[in-house]
Amino acid sequence: MTASESMPHKGGFSFDLCKRNEMLAQKGLKQPGFLKTVCFDLLRNNDLGYFYDGVILGADTRATEGPIVADKNCEKIHYMAPNIYCCGAGTAADTEAVTDMVSSQLKLHRYHTGRESRVVTALSLLKSHLFSYQGHVSAALVLGGVDVTGPHLHTIYPHGSTDTLPFATMGSGSLAAMAIFESKYCEGLSRDEGIKLVAEAICSGIFNDLGSGSNVDICVITKGKQEYLRNYMSPNPRTYISEKGYSFSKKTEVLLTKITPLREMVEVIEGADAMEE
Amino acid sequence: MNCPLPQAISPKSTQFLPFYTQIRTKSSIFDCFLRLNLSLMSIFEYNGSAIVAMVGKNCFAIASDRRLGVQLQTVATDFQKIYKMHDKLFIGLAGLATDAQTLYQRLVFRLKLYQLREERDMKPETFASLVSAILYEKRFGPYFCQPVIAGLGDEDKPFICTMDSIGAKELAKDFVVAGTASESLYGACESMFKPDMEAEELFETISQALLSSVDRDCLSGWGGHVYLVTPTEVTERILKGRMD
Repeated sequence: MTASESMPHKGGFSFDLCKRNEMLAQKGLKQPGFLKTVCFDLLRNNDLGYFYDGVILGADTRATEGPIVADKNCEKIHYMAPNIYCCGAGTAADTEAVTDMVSSQLKLHRYHTGRESRVVTALSLLKSHLFSYQGHVSAALVLGGVDVTGPHLHTIYPHGSTDTLPFATMGSGSLAAMAIFESKYCEGLSRDEGIKLVAEAICSGIFNDLGSGSNVDICVITKGKQEYLRNYMSPNPRTYISEKGYSFSKKTEVLLTKITPLREMVEVIEGADAMEE
Repeated sequence: MNCPLPQAISPKSTQFLPFYTQIRTKSSIFDCFLRLNLSLMSIFEYNGSAIVAMVGKNCFAIASDRRLGVQLQTVATDFQKIYKMHDKLFIGLAGLATDAQTLYQRLVFRLKLYQLREERDMKPETFASLVSAILYEKRFGPYFCQPVIAGLGDEDKPFICTMDSIGAKELAKDFVVAGTASESLYGACESMFKPDMEAEELFETISQALLSSVDRDCLSGWGGHVYLVTPTEVTERILKGRMD
């Protein structure tokens, strides 16, 4: 075991296996595919004198590995801060890792400053990380939140560029979803109208894009409040469940059985008299 | 945090020659590996594997096939792919066997450090995060392993989860699969699984799902290995399967 492996890493990537994997690739071995998440979209309702002022994030719940649906109900709207959430498309491990990392940096920043996190802080942290890896960390994100300066919606591309928009979509379902936004978005939507529009855009991704599917998740963020509506819509329930289920007439042939009873956990009662005398 | 990316590796791989000869003298398994034509084969299909975990009522089962192969040649038919981390926590490692064993050793190391420091067993959720972090650390040069984690957590609530080779967690309430037979396993489990099965029914279901799936995959099979874990006992069974 090398010195670097004898103690847990303090953070950062390890490139130990790169040379070996490159050697294997040159021998002609196909490199593995990774879990991907693809569609999501969201929109900001920026009101100018209207009732509603907030951000609505939406996402489908399909994760794929090549053509296989790996997860039918995954969560793509990630928590960043109590007032900030983030949708992730691209390589699942990257979106997950990058949002978790920035989320903990934001929490430390809040402890340090004693103020609510701002969306631009999250944006800067995300884009500087992504830019420093030159697009190799393939996370395409939509960041939304409400802070002291109002509602914000940003898109972040894997290379670190960002956009600030009134409505935005990302991922493979982004074209289908954007079509809905372009035709139906208007300023000053109410909360319910906004949710309906986002859900419709996601559904358009679910039904017209093969990389997106299953259910609709929605997250509504307003000043001082956020609602995470997990599985807000389930337009694709299973239709083929056998009521009786399978029963197996012939038992599986077992060659060897080993049963290990687990020992009972001993309860230690604090403060009790453990022993007389 | 800001490690630079490695320099592009030169296509003239003469630098790997010492590595190559060293391995040749050490291991006959890898001897064949380097001589065979590996074109278009995925690294995950090199050894072959099938792993599945299912949740029942206050219990879970995790099962694997028993084959270790080098491409189409079978090397062993009693190979261990599921490892016990502690009494109520198991991990199955599909993919390249050499990486699976290395990864297992690192996990044991980290788990023991945790047990010494905390004086308690790790919860399955915590363990899943640990595995995920260890895999993601190697984001740009991954272990060719797909883990399946199954355990009983607080109040004996079953937990199962799988990941890709760079640690993207996939939590499921019903079943998770991994390995070269994963496509057929998805199909079999999707139709055979029922929620809230009792231990014995769960065993029958997972065994049938495993055996029928590996029969449609050349690279896995040769019997099965099933762990059935309830709050009071662990039952380990070896299944008879087709030997072709």
